[in-house]
Amino acid sequence: MVEIAVLLKQVPDTNAKIAVVGGRVDESAVTSWVTSPYDEYALEAALQLVEAGGGSITAITLGPMRADKVLKDAAALGVTKLVRIWNDEWLDLDSNQVQSVLAEAIKESGADLVFCGKQSADRNQGSTGPGVAEILGAACVVEVSDFNAAEQFYLRPAASGSEKVTVNYPAVITFTKTESELRRPNVRGIMMSKKAQINLVSSDAGASQVTFKGHTSPAEKPPGKTFEGSDSVPEVVGLLRDEAKVL
Amino acid sequence: MEITIIAETQGNQLHAVTRQLVGAASSLGVSPTILCAGGVGADEASGISGVGKVLSVNGDCFSTFDGGAWATAFDAAAGEGVIMGAATAQGRDVVSRIAARRNIPVVQDVVTLSDGLNMTHPIYSGKAMQDVTISGSCGITLRANTFSPAGDGGSAESATVQQSGDVKIAVKEAIAKASERLDVSDADIIISGGRGMGNPENFDKLYSIAEGVGAAVGASRAAVDAWDPIPHSMQVGQTGKTVNPSLYIAVGISGAIQHLAGMRTSKYIVAINKDPEAPIFKVADYGIVSTWEEALPILASEIAKLQ
Ligand SMILES: Cc1cc2nc3c(=O)[nH]c(=O)nc-3n(C[C@H](O)[C@H](O)[C@H](O)COP(=O)(O)OP(=O)(O)OC[C@H]3O[C@@H](n4cnc5c(N)ncnc54)[C@H](O)[C@@H]3O)c2cc1C
Ligand SMILES: Nc1ncnc2c1ncn2[C@@H]1O[C@H](COP(=O)(O)O)[C@@H](O)[C@H]1O
Repeated sequence: MVEIAVLLKQVPDTNAKIAVVGGRVDESAVTSWVTSPYDEYALEAALQLVEAGGGSITAITLGPMRADKVLKDAAALGVTKLVRIWNDEWLDLDSNQVQSVLAEAIKESGADLVFCGKQSADRNQGSTGPGVAEILGAACVVEVSDFNAAEQFYLRPAASGSEKVTVNYPAVITFTKTESELRRPNVRGIMMSKKAQINLVSSDAGASQVTFKGHTSPAEKPPGKTFEGSDSVPEVVGLLRDEAKVL
Repeated sequence: MEITIIAETQGNQLHAVTRQLVGAASSLGVSPTILCAGGVGADEASGISGVGKVLSVNGDCFSTFDGGAWATAFDAAAGEGVIMGAATAQGRDVVSRIAARRNIPVVQDVVTLSDGLNMTHPIYSGKAMQDVTISGSCGITLRANTFSPAGDGGSAESATVQQSGDVKIAVKEAIAKASERLDVSDADIIISGGRGMGNPENFDKLYSIAEGVGAAVGASRAAVDAWDPIPHSMQVGQTGKTVNPSLYIAVGISGAIQHLAGMRTSKYIVAINKDPEAPIFKVADYGIVSTWEEALPILASEIAKLQ
């Protein structure tokens, strides 16, 4: 029996164009929001662990109302405890603020195991899992790519290749891509999720220690040269040697 | 301002990125202190130009990796101010834990850094950049191959401290890499194949070119998903590795936005694709419209001539 909290973040679809308007990413232009890809692997792992050994899952998201969707999607797969944390005054929370409000909700859930993504698809930080672990006094195994629900070991990268590790609870596990894609909901699950109750909690995140300056679009590369046909390969190799100096 | 660098190591040596961290600290006019886990790389570190001090942090916890234990040990050894590491799996883990312990913010994967501290880091997998300023103490990790490395010629004083932390992760089994081939994360030249390679056996053509120039072979997700012999560790992109080599050669890869997310900051990009409309050509410095069947043999022989 294990209590697992899964951290699910809502992000723009990875195909979405990200436009910067007035020094800020224009979220209103994003039409499709999804659960951050690595978080889906974390959720699937949690579902399998509970199937194998019993227990229950709390899905936690920090985000505005639209983020209810990631919780409803989890509910359609059988997750019954759903928590969304939000405060309308929040904008540009720094790493500490995100970690402390998530850690608070995790404590509330009574979880001794926390599953999350190795990196969110929007902020790309990879700081939430380890940071939350530090606040909870928990161990943290990062970038797990496989796990064994029965033996509760996790596979993580190592200099020599990879290693199977076990970890003392409480623990935070951050997932990279695993072999187990997130299952699809069935019709009954989808029906159930419509009625699922989301526990909305507000919290005080304290002040940010990071001053947000603005977003920019990445510098456009000058257009490159295109060559027709394989006859051009020697010329390109010459350019790589003489112009680019990378060969 | 004080900067403490957590040395990134590779085997029993410093990883090349450690010199880049020193270079970044020096560009702010700071002589950083370098912390070496279990003393690994300490001798080399004291010879890097610009380093203020080298501390070997010795403790039982350093025999395996446990971010929590390492952060406890480093936290006790490090000074105030900025804690700087590399934006690798271990670096991100340890630096974010030290920051959380100290209740200071962390900013990962920084690509520009200037006095103040003003920093830029990519968000949305490089589809946008975020500029932030932190005036107080903080943790930061830097993207590899983005800052100029510091050279030799230093003679920093070196000391040893005993610090450890509670190890809560137990290694049950080490699994060796499927091959001794170079990993895309460590390579300065990467040659990647996509679904256009047709089948995994054709990747042998990429391996033989790669061996000649010390390159690593990468792959698109379509190739990884379709073919068992192409492991996920080779995948470049949003749900694979983010790479930043001097030269990235994409062969039979269309250039989906999720693939570009992992390699668009490469210094030079070459694309070999038979479809002139393939999006990869939009980011390529040199695009070759050809099948790989025709282009790769010529590429192999031209590269062989350079050696
Ligand atoms: C959430 C999410 C995450 C993703 N993460 C990643 C990721 O990390 N990395 C990644 O790569 N993708 C990722 N993808 C998948 C991505 O969207 C594309 O499907 C994938 O990159 C396509 O791979 P490809 O270019 O090899 O294949 P294709 O798109 O099928 O392209 C094959 C190319 O080969 C060319 N070709 C065919 N035959 C030849 C020949 N004989 N000679 C030369 N050229 C030839 C074709 O013209 C074509 O351009 C992700 C998708 C999602 C939804
Ligand atoms: N706002 C959030 N809501 C829920 N989970 C989050 C949130 N932010 C981060 N996480 C979790 O922490 C992981 C790493 O995020 P990050 O540190 O932003 O890269 C994500 O993959 C999520 O699992």
